[in-house]
Amino acid sequence: MLALLLILFPLLAAVGLFFVREEKWVRNLALAVALVESGISVAALTQYFLYCHCLLLFRFEWLAEYGISLKFGMDGFSMLLTLLTTFLIPVIIYSSFSLKIEKPASFYGLVILMQAGLIGVYTAFDGIMFYIFWELTLIPAYFIAGYWGGKDRIRITFKFFAYTFTGSLLMLAAIIYMYFLTPLPHSFDHIWLYAASLNPKEQMWVFLAFFIAFAIKVPIFPFHTWQPDTYSTAPYPGSMLLGGLMSKMGLFGMIRWMIPITFSVINRSGVLAMILPVAGIVYASLIALGQDDLKRLVAYSSIAHLGLVAAGAMALNAQAMQGAMVQMVSHGVNITGLFILIQYIESRTNTTSIARLGGIALKAPGMAVFFMIILLGSIGLPLTNGFVGEFLILLGLFRYNAVIAAVSGLTIIFSAVYMLWMFQRVMLGNTNETTENISDLNLKEMIPLIAIVIIVLWIGIFPGMFMHLAENGVGQIIGVVK
Amino acid sequence: MNSIISLSALGVLVLFLGILKKKTWLLPVILVGLLASLVMTLAHWNLNRNLFHNMLIIDNTGVAFSSVMIFSTFLIFMFAAQYYSKVTRPLDDIYAIMIFALVGAVLMSYYGNLIMLFIGIETLSIALYVLAGSHKEAIISNEATLKYFLLGSFLSGFLLFGIALLYGSSGSFDLYAIHSYVAGHIQQGLPPMFRAGLFLLIIGLSFKIAIAPFHFWAPDVYEGTPTLLTAFMATVVKTASIIAMYRFFSITFFGIHGIWEMTIAILAAITIVIGNLTGIYQPNLKRMLAYSSISHSGYMMLAMVAFSSNTANALLFYAISYSIATIAAFAILILVREARGNDYFGSFNGIAGNNRLVAFTLAVAMLSLTGIPPLAGFIGKYFLFSAAIEQGWLWLVLIAIAGSAISAGYYFKPIIAMYFREDQGTILQASPAFRANIILLTLLTLLLGIFPFLLSNLLK
Repeated sequence: MLALLLILFPLLAAVGLFFVREEKWVRNLALAVALVESGISVAALTQYFLYCHCLLLFRFEWLAEYGISLKFGMDGFSMLLTLLTTFLIPVIIYSSFSLKIEKPASFYGLVILMQAGLIGVYTAFDGIMFYIFWELTLIPAYFIAGYWGGKDRIRITFKFFAYTFTGSLLMLAAIIYMYFLTPLPHSFDHIWLYAASLNPKEQMWVFLAFFIAFAIKVPIFPFHTWQPDTYSTAPYPGSMLLGGLMSKMGLFGMIRWMIPITFSVINRSGVLAMILPVAGIVYASLIALGQDDLKRLVAYSSIAHLGLVAAGAMALNAQAMQGAMVQMVSHGVNITGLFILIQYIESRTNTTSIARLGGIALKAPGMAVFFMIILLGSIGLPLTNGFVGEFLILLGLFRYNAVIAAVSGLTIIFSAVYMLWMFQRVMLGNTNETTENISDLNLKEMIPLIAIVIIVLWIGIFPGMFMHLAENGVGQIIGVVK
Repeated sequence: MNSIISLSALGVLVLFLGILKKKTWLLPVILVGLLASLVMTLAHWNLNRNLFHNMLIIDNTGVAFSSVMIFSTFLIFMFAAQYYSKVTRPLDDIYAIMIFALVGAVLMSYYGNLIMLFIGIETLSIALYVLAGSHKEAIISNEATLKYFLLGSFLSGFLLFGIALLYGSSGSFDLYAIHSYVAGHIQQGLPPMFRAGLFLLIIGLSFKIAIAPFHFWAPDVYEGTPTLLTAFMATVVKTASIIAMYRFFSITFFGIHGIWEMTIAILAAITIVIGNLTGIYQPNLKRMLAYSSISHSGYMMLAMVAFSSNTANALLFYAISYSIATIAAFAILILVREARGNDYFGSFNGIAGNNRLVAFTLAVAMLSLTGIPPLAGFIGKYFLFSAAIEQGWLWLVLIAIAGSAISAGYYFKPIIAMYFREDQGTILQASPAFRANIILLTLLTLLLGIFPFLLSNLLK
């Protein structure tokens, strides 16, 4: 029931938001909706922890003769990502208050609609429901980036849409194909899909279709070409939604849907598939080093970090997967924090070009402090959130294949290099004409950053609850794999 | 049977009203008459009777599809007032011919005998040849009607020749008799005369449906025909032709497999590819909708090769979702043409700024035609793809999926123009009646997308 409420409430609220006329109200109303949603998810968390470590299922026959039912629930993994969504959306909405957004009713309506879609993806336990909500998130993302975006947005957002849509259609074909291989009576229920008996050739096709669809979403090299342009042309809340939340959908799909179904293929020839994310780590990190634009640098660093997570997910052992799950949450939080800071810098200096910035820490020490903490979280310093996930992934990867682990481990080194170098050029050193008169953060701007830093330190120092949730999630998946 | 009689009577009544010069009565009478026919058609649900020695078979499939066609005509007539608002010449003949065309369409959904099929097709086609040229002052309308008439008559010749050959080899025009003939002769191989007749029939029907490579008439004819009548062509005529072909194959080849399946599958694949790829190059909405209808014919052909217990229902759902979305698109096309002079995509710039409802309706229609959940178009495509994969046509479904992905390329052009480009023209004036109509169409699309079980279990 709670799972359904988590989806229906933002869905209906979004429709309502579209019709609000008073511009002043809309922002606060949207924030209120997002906070209520967070409250509901915390209630779900408490029920999970205090009462049962079960799935919190809701089931309703939708199209019985086609085997599709409305099946929603939450295990530990879903809970982690749902909490990430319901934490980040209010933060994103609040941070957008310092921007000038035209047509705020439509904008916030789309943001809340996206929230509904995201939670639908994370809590769907029926194959077609997963697909429907997966596609549903595409529409608000497209319109947010396309209408409120920056230069050349029409071409870039259309490329984003077409690329992602093609991947999803491939995934639909694979899901329908598997449906007919499930034990009778056919069903899209996840348990049925897990139980589908596929011979190796069929498994290979299904794996390819799924892998390409998810690789486009995350994105994983070489399907990443839509991402840097889209992240930089989208408005800041849009980039946060895309980078912080939407990219996790691909990884979620991999772990929840692809791995339990095609694990024998991954067992036998998974190393080949793993080469792509690992290559992406090195490739994206090197490109990030050469970037001058802050947004593009963060975009490429996202490819690198999520490449590590993807590799960890496909290693098929409990530690790597647990690390992958926690790292998903950490990465989402960190990238949102980074984008918020870039937004503040751009609103003050009108530029995101590293060459034109410098010495911001002299005039805005508060900003520098927050920037440093979140940056270190992104790199993965012990005691920050990034460390927990990355360490576990590398541990698991090492068991899988030492060479891959070693190359993947380069991500930590590389990210330290480009992030710290960026920080030095932007924050440290002397000010120039652009940054001379920068003002430090005021209280309203600090609030979202404080929330993010709290999470960075919480997961870093007391990861217990998150690890517990991830462990439960891993248990569901590894149980099937073994 | 009820519907045929009531619709013909309605057509004649419209002509009489025209003679009596009661212009303001025309549309209300037609709308009420169409609703009455719809009710009478639905009253035959679960009747399952054969009339006139199997000439007409009143089964649920026929009832369902005739109802869809009558309802589509009803929706189209709701926009007739807006479309013909500035026309002073009498319209009773155009309306009456549309209704007679609908009679032909209804015959095509109930037929059990090839002669009846031909009668239905000819009734529909001849009425349409006239309607295509109904805008006598416009050269483009004259061109459309000439092309349609010449090609249509020629291809009807093919159809008739095919029917004659089928009669010659099987000894009967009756579909069930032909089915027993096929069942009896499939082992030793069907004689060449039968196969020739079959392929000529497929060619004749493919022309009507606008399947590649017999689709070349469609874009020019659709563009030249007055827009309201193009909507009729794109929805009712398409549905009628599809159900005609489906009925033929589902009855005569029930439970039998043969080489025609691969032929039709290849035709479908070519149609999907050509329709979608060429659609991207169209500069205006009307021609784009013509190619969109060609592509959707391709998707609907998947139902011809994938017979299962769900296929008839899948085709029905697809026809409904396609018709509603297309009618909505045409309605807004009419509005934009009136206000801004033409329907090139540039005329759609910035509509979302001042006409939120109109923009939203067109966006929903375009997204439904692309096949994005949770809209009706996605469910329709899903049902058809599902049936096709079940019968082993994975390669065809992959082509259809590729086609859907490509179709986003042209379906998004109006959406991008309306929402992401700057306004440059007059604000559209949409009357309250018009608004109510498009709200109805949008709601139907959303409703069928979210609650497909309302219509998903009707035909077995």
